[in-house]
Amino acid sequence: MTEATKRRLFLVGALGIAGTALGAFALGDLGDDLVYYWSPAELIQAANAKEATVRLGGMVVPGTFDWDREAQRTRFSLTDGTVTVPVEVAGNPPQMFREGIGAVVEGRLGPDGVFRSEKVMVKHNNEYQAPDAGGNPRSTLVEGE
Amino acid sequence: MRADSVPGPPAADGRWSNAEHALGAFGVFLLVAGNYLGLFVAPPERMMGEVGRILYVHVPAAWLALVTFTIGFGAAIGHLSTGKRSFDHVTEATTEVGILLNALLLVLGSIFARPTWGVWWNWDPRLTASAIMLLTYVGVSLLRSAVRDPERRATWTSVATILAYVNIPVTYFSVKWFRSLHQIQSSPETMNDTMVAILRTNAFAFLFITLWFIAWRRRLAAARDRLDSPPPLEIA
Repeated sequence: MTEATKRRLFLVGALGIAGTALGAFALGDLGDDLVYYWSPAELIQAANAKEATVRLGGMVVPGTFDWDREAQRTRFSLTDGTVTVPVEVAGNPPQMFREGIGAVVEGRLGPDGVFRSEKVMVKHNNEYQAPDAGGNPRSTLVEGE
Repeated sequence: MRADSVPGPPAADGRWSNAEHALGAFGVFLLVAGNYLGLFVAPPERMMGEVGRILYVHVPAAWLALVTFTIGFGAAIGHLSTGKRSFDHVTEATTEVGILLNALLLVLGSIFARPTWGVWWNWDPRLTASAIMLLTYVGVSLLRSAVRDPERRATWTSVATILAYVNIPVTYFSVKWFRSLHQIQSSPETMNDTMVAILRTNAFAFLFITLWFIAWRRRLAAARDRLDSPPPLEIA
């Protein structure tokens, strides 16, 4: 076997392996299994979710945000449109946190139906816009600030 | 051997060309202009405020890391199909420049994430794929430095470069394929027009500087290769 033939065999082999791997990722329908967080509906459906540490993601329901600065405790509800789960975070919300925004919390669902978390992350969407005319950026952050 | 040359390269290959100079100078000029516009002219972002301006460097670093690794993928195929080592010099260059951009991407992303998401890092699919991307190309680079014979080195690293490339489309599409914390790609429809223009300016700045670095590093790779390779035997 000449050097050139060997090299081409390597080429075909490498492309074959790479293509198969990529195809498995693209068409393998991993989207349902490989999720970074559960929606409220998925959390409630999963009977064994209680006592397991999971990530829960949803939209912060307007009117539910309650931040106790003294106690460093934050309360709000997360919804996916159908199911709403009350969340209690032992800590302060991130700067960008506000009502109506997407958020992901890490913790566990208690027997009382309250999701307790120590870690809250804010999900930003793919929009980048200037503040509304006359408005301050982040003015909606926390009422009374 | 010519007196003025160290390893005796053909002049066109071993020296700064005017095109290379121009590429670098233009890239640096655009970067200064783009960063000035991004910091002082662009509006703050509605939700993120001033910190949203890091977009103008985070996103170009990501784009150019993917572009650089794509050039390397093409060059690796080029080497394996033709056997020309000049392709391997390109792969050598893109691997290192790509690692630089990938590391920059992760550092900038982390600085972006802390004030916006609230964490420096998390293991969402996009972030995980980007971290694996950095590690695999560091691995390719280590493999290159571990093989002494230039022919074998070129072949093996070309194969490794092709395998490493699997992760580039996975990284790009991870936000669409998997439910992640990282947002999906923005488009001019979802962005303020001024922000789009500044982002494009910086993307071209990064493009020119990246091509400049690749050209520079490729010349170095070619010069080293000539030093390593024994001169052909002269038969009287």
